[in-house]
Amino acid sequence: MATLNSNIPAGPLASKWEKHKFSSKLINPANKRKYKVIVVGAGLAGASASATLAELGYEVHNFVFHDSPRRAHSVAAQGGINAAKNYQNDGDSVHRLFYDTIKGGDYRARESNVHRLAEVSVNIIDQCAAQGVPFAREYGGLLDNRSFGGAQVSRTFYARGQTGQQLLLGAYSALNKMIGAGAVKSHTHSEMLDLVVVDGHAKGIIVRNLQTGEIARHSADAVVLATGGYGNVYNLSTYARGSNVTASWRAYKRGATFANPCYTQIHPTCIPVSGDYQSKLTLMSESLRNDGRIWVPKRKEDCGKNPADIAEGDRDYYLERMYSAFGNLAPRDVASRAAKYVCDEGRGVGETGLGVYLDFAESIKRLGESKVRERYGNLFSMYHEITNEDAYKTPMRIYPAVHYTMGGLWVDYNLMSNIPGLFVLGEANFSDHGANRLGASALMQGLSDGYFVLPATISTYLATVKAGQRPATDKAEFKEAEDNVSGFIKRVTSGNGKRSPDSFLKELGKVMWDHCGMARTADGLQKGIQLIGSLREEYRTNLKVLGDIDGWNQSIEKAGRVADFIELGELMCRDALMREESCGGHFREEYQYTAADPEVQQGIVNAGDVKRRDDQFAFVAAWEYAGAADKAPILNKEDLKYEEVKMSTRSYK
Amino acid sequence: MKVTLKVWRQKNATSAGEFKTYSSPELNENMSFLEMLDVINEDLAIKGEEPIAFDHDCREGICGTCSLVIDGKPHGPHKGVATCQTYMRSFKNGDEIVIEPWRAKAFPIIKDLVCDRKAFDRIQHAGGFISVRTGAAPDANSIPVPKEDADLAMDAAQCIGCGACVAACKNASAMLFVAAKVSHLGLMPQGQPERYKRVKAMVDQMDAEGFGSCTITGSCEAVCPKEISLDFIARMNRDYAVALFKGEPKKTAGGGAG
Ligand SMILES: Cc1cc2nc3c(=O)[nH]c(=O)nc-3n(C[C@H](O)[C@H](O)[C@H](O)COP(=O)(O)OP(=O)(O)OC[C@H]3O[C@@H](n4cnc5c(N)ncnc54)[C@H](O)[C@@H]3O)c2cc1C
Ligand code: FES
Repeated sequence: MATLNSNIPAGPLASKWEKHKFSSKLINPANKRKYKVIVVGAGLAGASASATLAELGYEVHNFVFHDSPRRAHSVAAQGGINAAKNYQNDGDSVHRLFYDTIKGGDYRARESNVHRLAEVSVNIIDQCAAQGVPFAREYGGLLDNRSFGGAQVSRTFYARGQTGQQLLLGAYSALNKMIGAGAVKSHTHSEMLDLVVVDGHAKGIIVRNLQTGEIARHSADAVVLATGGYGNVYNLSTYARGSNVTASWRAYKRGATFANPCYTQIHPTCIPVSGDYQSKLTLMSESLRNDGRIWVPKRKEDCGKNPADIAEGDRDYYLERMYSAFGNLAPRDVASRAAKYVCDEGRGVGETGLGVYLDFAESIKRLGESKVRERYGNLFSMYHEITNEDAYKTPMRIYPAVHYTMGGLWVDYNLMSNIPGLFVLGEANFSDHGANRLGASALMQGLSDGYFVLPATISTYLATVKAGQRPATDKAEFKEAEDNVSGFIKRVTSGNGKRSPDSFLKELGKVMWDHCGMARTADGLQKGIQLIGSLREEYRTNLKVLGDIDGWNQSIEKAGRVADFIELGELMCRDALMREESCGGHFREEYQYTAADPEVQQGIVNAGDVKRRDDQFAFVAAWEYAGAADKAPILNKEDLKYEEVKMSTRSYK
Repeated sequence: MKVTLKVWRQKNATSAGEFKTYSSPELNENMSFLEMLDVINEDLAIKGEEPIAFDHDCREGICGTCSLVIDGKPHGPHKGVATCQTYMRSFKNGDEIVIEPWRAKAFPIIKDLVCDRKAFDRIQHAGGFISVRTGAAPDANSIPVPKEDADLAMDAAQCIGCGACVAACKNASAMLFVAAKVSHLGLMPQGQPERYKRVKAMVDQMDAEGFGSCTITGSCEAVCPKEISLDFIARMNRDYAVALFKGEPKKTAGGGAG
């Protein structure tokens, strides 16, 4: 069994972080440059961490598989970033952001981490503004805010519909400064394919240069993974095509535990699937729910009609009806499930019947088309390019799609995994969002981890490591890891199977969506595990990878990533099967409120809402690799203890 | 619909490339251009031919990775749209479509349709930032920014760094790319202290990378997926002139007596 010590500092919740920073070990400035830190990833989390660690004086090496750090998937985030600034004077506070996030996560996040996130949120906005991030402004020159789901205050900062891009360019610029100064060595087109563990500590990585095919060993005093989320296990998602789980998965196979893998976020507002050839789903930012109203026809018979011909009285604004307090701004898991229900009832719209309307007619009437264009212009044009429809004239059609993964490598309060010296930041870790993430909170977490948390906590580990003692790369552990990587590549390129890696991912994605998607059952999950088992076997024998080993070869890249996705998919199903409750984005059909429950009768929740079982499942499930892909993984538990908030039934009514 | 593709295939940076012709299977007009290439590649893979290498990631017009010259035009037929947001409905049944990589001295070809754009990063290393140590920032609202300035800065900051501007320019100039960054940072009050040092450093690096000079043909603006305006080049030129006039900042001795 792995040892999981969450290292949560003692003392009152609100002063834990301050106290912890004060009691953390420091390293004197002259010594810092003797420590080498590898950071894999340059999304918000990795770029901000690399820049800040270099400013502090560490020798930093940054690795990305992209051609440039600026292309990390963070660039695609649209809507905004939360911070408890209370600039709107609408009652926001650190405590409220903390509370909303805990509640939004359906009481499955670690309280101390979430409180720290809320505290640090205010510094993030200051940092980004100082970097020149062109946030939206009011006429007086002060920062503007909008609202996101799961909150009743306006605390979301934004830069048109391109907030992620602008924040990433801010972090990238900080990184560039340090690269220019020689304090960070940037390795682009470099994919990490294994973690090197020496005497139980993370001491290096094995990297393949995607341009030349060359495989190299890198050693360090600590390794930081900021490699993003794994939603592409579903094939179709709002992620960039290149996003993958490989870095985390290889660390898992080296002993890092993987926490809550089944917690997946299905985002309610995406452009519906249109055909089998489709390669990705496009998000329509949640910010649209500030001004758009979601509805379907009340009657099935009306579904084929032109929406303009459906009278007001024949429309069902179902979120406003079911969740009157939050209405169209209900949290994502709630809004997605509601869309699924109305479509399952046969009231969905569009060719496939898997769609609901997001209607701006009323806002256009109220605010004028130009105001709506100013707020969401780029989203409307993106919608137009994809669907060839004009959303200023006719409502958008949207449907839920895979968007984010709350699960990830397990980390303690210092963001260190159970392998000493291995830190995990951003979407790649599990810590802050519980079973459902609120909108505009991932950008906040990535930057919090990278700018403020890791730079303060890493020294506690490094202080235990003697400067200048990192292992040389000719050590046996490095050789074994390199052989592992090159062995895989040789094997897949010399096989004589028939199917491309892409075709396997497509098949896996379908199994995952059908059996481990928006609604899960014990039977379905068991079926999923079985199907994935056979897929894994076929992958071993029937994979075809064309092209040369040395040089650019996208089939080799995909072969490794898909192999890892297949194994991950199985673990996700196992985790979902083990968790015999519903919480946040994890919905087990067997565990939902029904009309007979007092909570439904008292109007706290609706029938069909998720039902937690706190007495049995108030824990983080951290899975440990058992040494082979076909051996059942070992379940470790971290109990969730709530000191400040009371675990209660989540109500948005 | 069906189309015929003439695609540039090149094994690596040093080998000679050539056009190869492929005919597509039946396509759907709602496919994106890149999904059409996925279909072609799956077909090739089944036949045992190496798939066409092309760059892509977000497939929603924001990461700047996709980079195809389609029928002679970087990012294809539409204005203000990246390759990945181009849909097959823009083509007709029976069309022959020519697909090439970005071509510029500073962007050497890696394979087929993929080129190396790291020169853009190196320009940014030289000065594409505002120096602010983490944790040293004042309250975000302590420096108000006039909305018009923030909006204009955002117009420039939208650049996705794809390099279409370079690919379209007969001189392979990177002026629009550099001007966008220089203008974004130079329009923000936070960017003032390093304004002139920045423009000088970035332009010098741009020249060192082998990008050509700008003769204001406007072809860059015409293909920019974010429709970044040529006006930013004029703005940068003004700043550059001031930077030259100001000369190198005076060095002051460090330390003190004591
Ligand atoms: C369409 C979309 C819109 C979103 N909008 C919002 C929003 O409005 N607000 C919000 O808060 N959140 C939003 N999110 C979520 C948010 O963008 C992400 O969760 C967050 O940006 C992840 O950042 P990250 O730094 O953890 O990882 P990423 O940005 O995914 O970066 C991963 C990095 O790791 C590198 N990498 C990965 N694996 C390897 C490897 N094996 N070797 C080398 N390098 C590797 C990559 O090159 C990359 O640099 C959105 C997400 C999507 C998909
Ligand atoms: S693939 Fe990202 S901009 Fe086209």
